[in-house]
Amino acid sequence: MSFRLEARADASIALKLLVSLGAGLAALLLVAIPVLFAGGSPFTAYGLIIQGAFGSMFALSETLNRATPLILTGLAAAVAFRARLWNIGAEGQLYIGALSAVLVGSGLLQMPPMLLIPTVMIAGFVAGGLMMIIPTLLKQRFGADEVVITLLLNFVVILLVQMLVEGPLKDPLSMGWPQSVPLLAEAKFDKLVPRLRMHWGLVVGVAAAILLWVLVRKTVLGFEIKAVGENRAAARFAGIPVDATMLKVALISGGLAGLAGVSEVAGVKGYLSADLSPGFGYSGIVVAMLAGLSPVGTVFAAVFVAAVFVGADSMSRATGISNYLADLVVALSLLCVLIGGFFLRFRIRYERAAAPAAGA
Amino acid sequence: MTSTDTVLSLEGITKRFGKLTANDHLDLSLRRGEILALLGENGAGKTTLMNILFGHYVQDEGVVRVNGEMLPPGSPGAALKAGIGMVHQHFALAENLSGLDNIRLGTEGLFALGGKAAARKKVEQIIAESGLEVDLDRKVASLTVGEKQRVEILKALYRNVRVLILDEPTAVLTPQEAEGLFTVLRRLAANGLGVIFISHKLGEVLSVSTRILVLRGGRKAGELVTADADRRAIADLMVGKAVAEVKRTAATPAETLLEFSDVHLRRGSTRESLRNVGFALRAGEIVGLAGVSGNGQGGIAALISGLAVPDQGAVLLYGEPITRADPRALVAAGVARMPEDRQHDGVVGTMSVADNIAIEEVRSGAFSRMGLLDRKAMQARATSAIAAYDIRCPGPDAEARLLSGGNVQKLILARVLEREPRVILANQPTRGLDVGAQSEVHRRIIAARDRGAAVLVISEDLDELFALADRFLVVHAGEVSDAGPSDRLDRGAVGLLMAGQAA
Amino acid sequence: MDVLLDIFGSANFWAAAIRIATPLIFGVLGALICERAGVLNLGIEGIFVAGAMAGWLAVYLGAGLWGGVLVALATGATFGLLHAVLAVILGLSQHVSGIGITLLATSLSYFTYRTALPTVTSPPRIVPFQPVSIPGLSDLPFFGPALFQQTPLTFLALAFVALVAFVLYRTPLGLAIRAVGDNPASVEAQGLSVRGLRIGAVVAGSALMALGGAFLTMSAFDAFFFGMVNGRGWICIALVVFASWQPGKALLGALLFGAFDAFQIRLQAEIGQVVPGQVFLMLPYLLSIVALVLVARRADYPRALLQPWFKGQRH
Repeated sequence: MSFRLEARADASIALKLLVSLGAGLAALLLVAIPVLFAGGSPFTAYGLIIQGAFGSMFALSETLNRATPLILTGLAAAVAFRARLWNIGAEGQLYIGALSAVLVGSGLLQMPPMLLIPTVMIAGFVAGGLMMIIPTLLKQRFGADEVVITLLLNFVVILLVQMLVEGPLKDPLSMGWPQSVPLLAEAKFDKLVPRLRMHWGLVVGVAAAILLWVLVRKTVLGFEIKAVGENRAAARFAGIPVDATMLKVALISGGLAGLAGVSEVAGVKGYLSADLSPGFGYSGIVVAMLAGLSPVGTVFAAVFVAAVFVGADSMSRATGISNYLADLVVALSLLCVLIGGFFLRFRIRYERAAAPAAGA
Repeated sequence: MTSTDTVLSLEGITKRFGKLTANDHLDLSLRRGEILALLGENGAGKTTLMNILFGHYVQDEGVVRVNGEMLPPGSPGAALKAGIGMVHQHFALAENLSGLDNIRLGTEGLFALGGKAAARKKVEQIIAESGLEVDLDRKVASLTVGEKQRVEILKALYRNVRVLILDEPTAVLTPQEAEGLFTVLRRLAANGLGVIFISHKLGEVLSVSTRILVLRGGRKAGELVTADADRRAIADLMVGKAVAEVKRTAATPAETLLEFSDVHLRRGSTRESLRNVGFALRAGEIVGLAGVSGNGQGGIAALISGLAVPDQGAVLLYGEPITRADPRALVAAGVARMPEDRQHDGVVGTMSVADNIAIEEVRSGAFSRMGLLDRKAMQARATSAIAAYDIRCPGPDAEARLLSGGNVQKLILARVLEREPRVILANQPTRGLDVGAQSEVHRRIIAARDRGAAVLVISEDLDELFALADRFLVVHAGEVSDAGPSDRLDRGAVGLLMAGQAA
Repeated sequence: MDVLLDIFGSANFWAAAIRIATPLIFGVLGALICERAGVLNLGIEGIFVAGAMAGWLAVYLGAGLWGGVLVALATGATFGLLHAVLAVILGLSQHVSGIGITLLATSLSYFTYRTALPTVTSPPRIVPFQPVSIPGLSDLPFFGPALFQQTPLTFLALAFVALVAFVLYRTPLGLAIRAVGDNPASVEAQGLSVRGLRIGAVVAGSALMALGGAFLTMSAFDAFFFGMVNGRGWICIALVVFASWQPGKALLGALLFGAFDAFQIRLQAEIGQVVPGQVFLMLPYLLSIVALVLVARRADYPRALLQPWFKGQRH
């Protein structure tokens, strides 16, 4: 007996849902192993995670607060991966966006919030976008692999930020902490609900998801991105300017990651420091993959990942199980979804060996 | 049939793919020293049968025996061990290794040391016996196509095969190189090897084989000894019914629409490099470009497709030089382009039929407004194209990857011909298509000519060019020579030009 | 100028360069084996972390230093097998699968460390590998301290360079690995298993990567820290391209890199007052980027890199 893979004509919605559910379930089952290993009960742990993420208005706010940058970095990965542009540099682009927000919004420009907030956002978007355009150009001009370059640039950017917040941008009033001068009040995002941390960045993230959905589904650019991503040779033959399209994608992708940085500075911290992001850029890749690169799905996947992180923190406080469990859940979900994606693309056909003829 | 000489027999082989029966109870036997031609149109089931024999597919029914012993199905390793060697159309060679290393690959224990010298000795002896001259130490990447083919045959002989299968071996050779191959094959057969020669070209089958098995629609249509065979009869066996030749009236060429003037294109590979190329395409004529593949056809196609501009000289469209590599500008100016590799360059498999029909003009007013797609217009165009060009698919929203090769080509025809283009590039327009689809494509091309279009057909298949072209160009080593009107040409003269010799 | 002379003339400098190069040698060799077989392994960064953690923890729990090396090898091989299942058997995107392996290996290592040592505040220490002295060689003036007073893992790394080169260029196995990374059809047509070769290469390569991590916790330092791998895996991926997938050049690239890194550390000590330290820390990453950009155009990528292969597939 041997098996053969057969490409599926089309996966039904029901099958897609089933595979997503199956992947989620498989991840939960797998995570039970380390929980048991740590001496905890998986059911208690999961219960505490859910409670910690959604159990109260405060918890929900924390989860959505955490989801905000993940929506934006998730969208950054989703749009790039659609075009098969492997942007693994959202972390660095996030910091560059945050840095630009501080450069522009901490006193250089004096404007009312109506003007300053958009200005800060544009600055962060453009800076993040440029940060992705550089490796894209290096790829186009020199054939240098963008994966490695975006990965390495993450380290460079974080060191640059460290250098600046310990040096020229350092807040003299920070009592020695390595953090930048604060953003002007006019540049900061308002809270959505008084006394809760979630802020207008969430609205920005959701709006970005909707805009990206329109871009992907309704516009010529979205059509071209898809063609370039799915078959570069055919796109080029059909006259789609492949390099220019990739640069547009780089700008949008890096820009969205840059916006995530703006959102963290203007919505949460109020200043820049080298620990602004606990890996939002890398988690964004997982978010995008969990969402199957769908812009709207990214919002939900971001909330899921954020809930795991926020919930795991509170679970960890209650049980003493390390909160690195959250990273583990996220990593395993990614792998399970990848495997699930395989079953969406292929069905497995078993082939019996031919029956030997009589007299063999 | 079970004489002691029989090295290979296939009995009752049946293979179904869904509703399609690719092989329907086929029997075949091969004797030592015999060259058996497996002849049939594309889609007749030749390749499926050979893939079963070689263990790539598992048959639904039937058995394969080598020297009377049953071959376990689905195991290329077992086929190799039993002494079956296969030379595929696409060479299975590692280009970063030398010819000798490709031949040795997989023949020694993975941790065995010092096998190379013995291997070299054995290969050199085989070369001396067979005449398959090749430099064993050069990397395969730097060998010519003919040399690569010789490495492939040596690979098989090195394993002491008793059966050698060649799948369309002459597709990439000049007529003269093919003749050299036939000489080698005759010599090998004389030494006792059984050879199966797969082809759809009648002429070469008659020249090299000792016996012919004709396949049609997955069944055996006939079997005959070559010496007694009659060309006409075999052709009828292959096609089944007499296929109506596509009618072609005499051309009435008018003004020049596209002209190559002293064009040079410098590229790393010979596939695209051109030297001093000059020719003109006139309204209302079909020009056939003959040549062994990889001699510069790629460069000519890239220039007409808007993927490149000359390094020197000019390509003039309606008298104006093309200065920018911009496929969209050419499309807008009325150039229709059919890519050589239609699956790879022609369609985006995961996009819909409608998207693939609109893809060249998606930025034009026809399918978009202010950057937003006009899905309705795309659907409407696709619906009418599916009907007009008989594209077999579930509908405009079906993904293009689900279409068969013939239907992909119809999709491309629908995309490029709908705008009534004035210049048409048809690159390998019918490669891999079945007879029905072929004549449909030919009919469309001739109709476009009769409407006044200038057509350049690039093909490896001389039969196709003789069926279509009013005039012949031949490309060799990046240079193009004018062979003149097709009615004053014969295949031998074209063959000499293809080999780079003046006729 | 005197500063430069002082730096390059000191045996300590060259000893440091080789020490810094050691984990990279393991990593580049591992990545090279995977890529030669046609599989990009971006799990490398996480496999470094896992090797560092697992090897160290084994020693801490009493397995002995060489026991720790074996544990690190096995850990790397396990993650390699997982990557092979995803990328070779299922044919999933090698990029995404590799990132997934890195996330999994990293989080699993951190989680295990925290779970195994829940109460510690400062990292516990082990007694790491000590420099071995080779009679005769180690006592040579200058060259002795520069080249021959390293820990056993460094010598092991150098031995692996020779071993990998030998296997790749002198054995039929190496022939098959080089062939499967160029054109899997050539291997399948000769009756060898494409999957078997690729899985084997990824598992073996990943085991080597884990040794690179283990060197950090068991030789260079004596404890495990979060974030200690710090992009070394990614640098290896860049160095493979720089080394054109050849073991000898991989050694050269890693040594050049080690020399550069050692140089910037010493330069930092000399002129650190005028230039912020981060500038020096950035240099290795920037150097990797520059190296990648410079060689990319001419790089002779294994032709089948990133291409999944299914049995019986034709072009």
